[in-house]
Amino acid sequence: MSALALPAAVPALNRHFRFQWEPAQDCYVLLYPEGMVKLNGPAGEILACVDGERDVAAIIACLKARFPEADGIEQDIREFLGDAHEQRWIDYA
Amino acid sequence: MSSAGSIMPDSAPGEVSNPLWLLAELTYRCPLQCAYCANPVALRYNDELDTDDWLSVFEQSRALGAAQLGFSGGEPLLRQDLEILIRSGRELGYYTNLITSGIGLSEARIAAFREAGLDHIQVSFQASDEELNNRIAGSRKAFAQKLAMAQEVKAQGYPMVLNFVIHRQNIEQIDRIIELSMELQADYVELATAQYYGWALLNRDHLLPTRAQLERAEAVTNDYRARLNGSGPKLIFVTPDYYEERPKGCMNGWGNLFLTITPDGTALPCHSARELPIDFPNVRQTRVEEIWYRSNGFNHFRGYEWMKEPCRSCSEKEKDFGGCRCQAFAMTGDAANADPVCSKSPHHHLITDARERAEQGMQQQPLLLRNHHNSAEAERLIAKG
Repeated sequence: MSALALPAAVPALNRHFRFQWEPAQDCYVLLYPEGMVKLNGPAGEILACVDGERDVAAIIACLKARFPEADGIEQDIREFLGDAHEQRWIDYA
Repeated sequence: MSSAGSIMPDSAPGEVSNPLWLLAELTYRCPLQCAYCANPVALRYNDELDTDDWLSVFEQSRALGAAQLGFSGGEPLLRQDLEILIRSGRELGYYTNLITSGIGLSEARIAAFREAGLDHIQVSFQASDEELNNRIAGSRKAFAQKLAMAQEVKAQGYPMVLNFVIHRQNIEQIDRIIELSMELQADYVELATAQYYGWALLNRDHLLPTRAQLERAEAVTNDYRARLNGSGPKLIFVTPDYYEERPKGCMNGWGNLFLTITPDGTALPCHSARELPIDFPNVRQTRVEEIWYRSNGFNHFRGYEWMKEPCRSCSEKEKDFGGCRCQAFAMTGDAANADPVCSKSPHHHLITDARERAEQGMQQQPLLLRNHHNSAEAERLIAKG
């Protein structure tokens, strides 16, 4: 189990990955040398908030504002970002 | 949260998924002469697609959903319009990969490609030392140039994959290959054991490692993985199917993900498929959408109806699709047969014989370097069977 992302950490996309919306897949993807990760809905929305400036707390606030009906997403977001860090999709500034 | 992402597309059974990978083989011309070259043995250098042809292929394939674009060859750097092709690919939204020997690369060209939007450069090496590298590549200056260019690729901020084709002549130095990759700060290292098609099949006696060599190489790789513990290059070890009892799920299924366009515009479901007795369509006459979804060539081995026994009734057919069609054809003469790698195949002895030859160090004919001069000889040997 990877570590939870800390609220004050500022994640940035690893410059070796490219994050983009793929119409043919109908989802966000991460592209890297000769490969592609298809992201599920929540994972894509979280990474769409990662801009190298917002800290984890700001990302949580942003997503809570966008999806007010979703309960308890704070833990999910921190878990996902921890996992994304372990996968080297993101670095902490 | 491993459910967050999946590498492979999930299409319903029977449904044809869209292409994800477009491999643009821009030219068969190459300054190197590697004896395991994946290009056809019948090398036809002329009649290459022009710039506009390629731009149209990129646009059409992107519209179908292809997201990865590989510039390959031969040596793609020999195309003077490479920068234009990269820029177009990037603007269309592809992740652009340059797959090169490094011969013909320069600091200025690496920078120009960066400016055009190139995402990644893969540099091939033949070995970890100059003497062996240059002997395998059939080039006296290759190694020094490769080292300099790998350093420059990293200096200019690209992600870098180093590709080493592994075979019995360099497998003993796998520790030094990994050390070299660490020094060069590679992000990924492909330790890809040779696959035996075309040139490599002709030269198999010189290339296929013994089981003991292979096991040691895997153990050394695992040892480095443990030591690196997530830091340093990611080591990708591709095992040779000759030491398996079940075939690989080749290309993740025929006409499922991969679209290769050869220098003259022939469209293939994998870069070896040209060796098959199938009439494949050409992008000069046929739209990519028609090729992918409706051509006989691409529908030939989709689904399971084409299979013979033992594949047809096999419980594992959805996992490995009966293995590789090119290998089945090259070794048994019928592309619809089970891949002889499978121990259920009546032709499996062809694989075990090759293992035995590797064990004995038997070499039926001299090493045939991949070049125009040897092409006719290679064709003659294949025709002879």
